[in-house]
Amino acid sequence: MARTAVRGRLTWQVATVTSVAEETDSVRTIGLEVPGWPGHRAGQHLDVRLTAEDGYTAERSYSVATADGEPVAITVERLDDGEVSPYLTADLRAGDELELRGPIGRWFVWDTSDGGPLLLVAGGSGVVPLRAILRHRQRSGSDVPLRLLYSSRTLADVIYHRELDQYRDGAQVIYTLTRSQPPGWTGYSGRVDAAMLAQIAWPASQHPLAFVCGPTRFVETVAEQLVAVGYPPGRVKTERFGGT
Amino acid sequence: MSSPVSRGFRHLRRPSAGEEGRVPPGQYVTQGFPVLSAGPTPHTPLPEWTFSIRQGGDTLKSWTWPEFQELPAQTVTADIHCVTRWSKLNTLWRGVSVDTLLGQVEHDAPYVLAFCDGGYTANLPVKDVTDGRAWVAFDYDGQPLQAEHGGPARLLVPHLYFWKSAKWVRGLELLDHDEPGFWETYGYHIYGDPWREQRYAGD
Repeated sequence: MARTAVRGRLTWQVATVTSVAEETDSVRTIGLEVPGWPGHRAGQHLDVRLTAEDGYTAERSYSVATADGEPVAITVERLDDGEVSPYLTADLRAGDELELRGPIGRWFVWDTSDGGPLLLVAGGSGVVPLRAILRHRQRSGSDVPLRLLYSSRTLADVIYHRELDQYRDGAQVIYTLTRSQPPGWTGYSGRVDAAMLAQIAWPASQHPLAFVCGPTRFVETVAEQLVAVGYPPGRVKTERFGGT
Repeated sequence: MSSPVSRGFRHLRRPSAGEEGRVPPGQYVTQGFPVLSAGPTPHTPLPEWTFSIRQGGDTLKSWTWPEFQELPAQTVTADIHCVTRWSKLNTLWRGVSVDTLLGQVEHDAPYVLAFCDGGYTANLPVKDVTDGRAWVAFDYDGQPLQAEHGGPARLLVPHLYFWKSAKWVRGLELLDHDEPGFWETYGYHIYGDPWREQRYAGD
């Protein structure tokens, strides 16, 4: 389907799980075969619908973890008190079918024409849509300078670690670990704060574009600090998840 | 098309007493109060805050914060439904009915566009913000509304998805036509009825 097609209703369709890959103890990437997927922009999400044997259904939204042109995948973190994520991260197998619709959302998206420099700030599984931006930048051969500041609790909680370590050519990934650091750790320690952002964020004079994704408290703090150092609020795009 | 059954997927959340019939399709009940917004939280000092009703470039009426506080306020208990799928039941608000505000101007406009700090807007039919269906709320759960939840004041239109309850609201623009607001421009439904699951454009 042409990207310029008139947008009608996003219809539910059956997708097939092609792969499951454990990213950490509680995070899994699920590869999906979606017939007729119309393509997506980096940062968009899709909705998943599960149906139980008794007909009960539950829906949730997940960011698309891959770049446009790559097979569709989502990366799901298990929330122990959740209803959908424990199933997706434990029971789901390659070959299973589920329903989805998408892509959804046109605000928290980046395309090469949006330029940069790009500052991506991720807390925990908030890295997922930002990884899609990284991959899209890479695949499209963009030379927009990019920095990803990624906050995790421990080294074992870092999602996409091996992949993120491989970015070069103007894409720089900087980690901070908030709970514990392994011996010889050379990244940052502790929560993202004003001092850390002062070292990592592009100066406002370079007209950067920021994407911030993570738990609400994390996003509030980072967005506020970026505005404080001169980022126009309209250049700080946020996406939040989780409780209060 | 029949939906594939996910073997092993179980219904964990049963409606509690008093919840039946109050949770729209695709929603689940949360006890927390999650936050959804597109950018940094604006902080407008109260001495600079006004609430205005505009039409065609004219300001028909405007209140300062102290003037707004003089208006008759109502206590509202409502169930709210966010498009990201959480619903929260029995939320407690205090605010001024939009009937009170629009009652102070002469107009016959069929639509409003709520405008907000941070550049947000949300479009609504006038019939959805009148007859006791909408408020400009400044207290939540007995406390001044926090900035991250839309304070100092947000629109409260509980019968529509909660993005229509625009945060950091600063006024209403009266319009003779429906004009998509912020989220409506970025892919969300023009009207947003949770009971008809109008989440995204075209639903």
